[in-house]
Amino acid sequence: MSTQSLHKRKNKLSETENQLEILSHGIFANGELPTFKQKIAETNQFPLRPKKLEILQINVGYMCNQVCSHCHVDAGPDRKEIMTKETMLQCIDVIKTTGAHTLDLTGGAPEMNPNFRWFVEEASKAGVKDFIVRSNLTIIEANKKYHDLPEFFKKHNVHVVSSMPHWTKGKTDKQRGEGVFNKSIEALKKLNNVGYGMPGSDLKLDLVYNPAGAFLPTNQASMEKDFKKALMDDFGIQFHNLFAITNLPISRFLEYLIASDNYEDYMYSLVEAFNPSAVSNVMCTNTISVSWDGWLYDCDFNQMLELKVASKVKHISEYNEAVLNDRDIIISQHCYGCTAGSGSSCQGSVA
Amino acid sequence: MDNTYYDPKDLKKFPKISEWSEELGAKFFDYYGKVFEEGALSAREKSLIALAVAHVVKCPYCIDAYTQDGLQRGITKEEMMEAVHAGAAIESGATLVHGVQMMKKYDKLSM
Ligand code: SF4
Ligand code: SF4
Repeated sequence: MSTQSLHKRKNKLSETENQLEILSHGIFANGELPTFKQKIAETNQFPLRPKKLEILQINVGYMCNQVCSHCHVDAGPDRKEIMTKETMLQCIDVIKTTGAHTLDLTGGAPEMNPNFRWFVEEASKAGVKDFIVRSNLTIIEANKKYHDLPEFFKKHNVHVVSSMPHWTKGKTDKQRGEGVFNKSIEALKKLNNVGYGMPGSDLKLDLVYNPAGAFLPTNQASMEKDFKKALMDDFGIQFHNLFAITNLPISRFLEYLIASDNYEDYMYSLVEAFNPSAVSNVMCTNTISVSWDGWLYDCDFNQMLELKVASKVKHISEYNEAVLNDRDIIISQHCYGCTAGSGSSCQGSVA
Repeated sequence: MDNTYYDPKDLKKFPKISEWSEELGAKFFDYYGKVFEEGALSAREKSLIALAVAHVVKCPYCIDAYTQDGLQRGITKEEMMEAVHAGAAIESGATLVHGVQMMKKYDKLSM
């Protein structure tokens, strides 16, 4: 497992046009598999259009203390892209006026942005209903300055959503790095101790499950049952919901698929599992994603492929919901990841 | 994949068997689907049984399919290998228990 981002390794996949080229050529150009556009056109769902905006997802930077092998952000300690206070202020202006009820902070490890706490304090004053922080858990253990994050989250009633690829050490460490499992367990205990994830508690703690390899997640409900039992029996840990998310074939997961000679089979599985009824609920239909430098995207995946929204309004500084909502969503073959089986979004299954 | 009996891609063509006998094919897949639903045994337990049997009947298609199914269900490699050993133990036991027949026959025929 590499300890550096594609970007740092100057891997050719760090250039997004190379990723898009792989996704649109080969099996999709020679007619072996239908393109995503063809597939959704079959059920009259092309072009994909946004519905009412519900979620504003803000990526405050690509810096991370981990270098997970499936990371679609290509995040890592060597990534320096960080949202400035000025852009954060522009986001807060938008948060105050937008109709979105959910604010979703992501990264990298969002907590590593030096203005993270200030941003959470300011944004929480704006009164969003659901304020999510995607915390990778290990950050809580990484350094003394992060040890009080559970209390900080509690103070602002932040909804914590964290990744956990498996309830065993081996599988977790393989995907997310040596030692990640034990640190995640310690962090989960600390979150439980301040009240997060406890039955009936308002302090929401949800886990995200991404398969550690070239296969799709199974039924979310049965996975949640297995996770809950194992984490309770082995460590006395509790949490609220498990979101099962399909890995999208971009960035470091795409690198893994190609290197392990799984790319074509994986794309076959995604296309085979295509579920037309998941299309209308994919994340991009109710979300706008903002990058560290303020550009607007249909989703975090399109952000990583540098596919800016197809709208006159392209930057947070010129935000206009009505104009933005009147756009076609940009799609490519990676979108099969959101529509396979029960569908997949940052909130888990959608169908 | 020239000149081999098995091509992994053929697994995806499994449903095609119905084309030459629609009724029987449909009955089989209907039965197959029902067998693997949650029942008195969980779908997870059935997946492990299927994996063990796949090894005993030495079907590479089923080994591929139920290794993948196990991964999707979060079944660990230790659980999968234990299932394979359970299958192997029954298979070797079944061979060895016939040794009793051999011994009886040997004794009967010997002075
Ligand atoms: S998956 Fe999350 S924790 Fe892992 S490197 Fe990417 S941003 Fe960091
Ligand atoms: S990858 Fe993004 S644009 Fe494509 S379907 Fe998923 S959320 Fe929508």
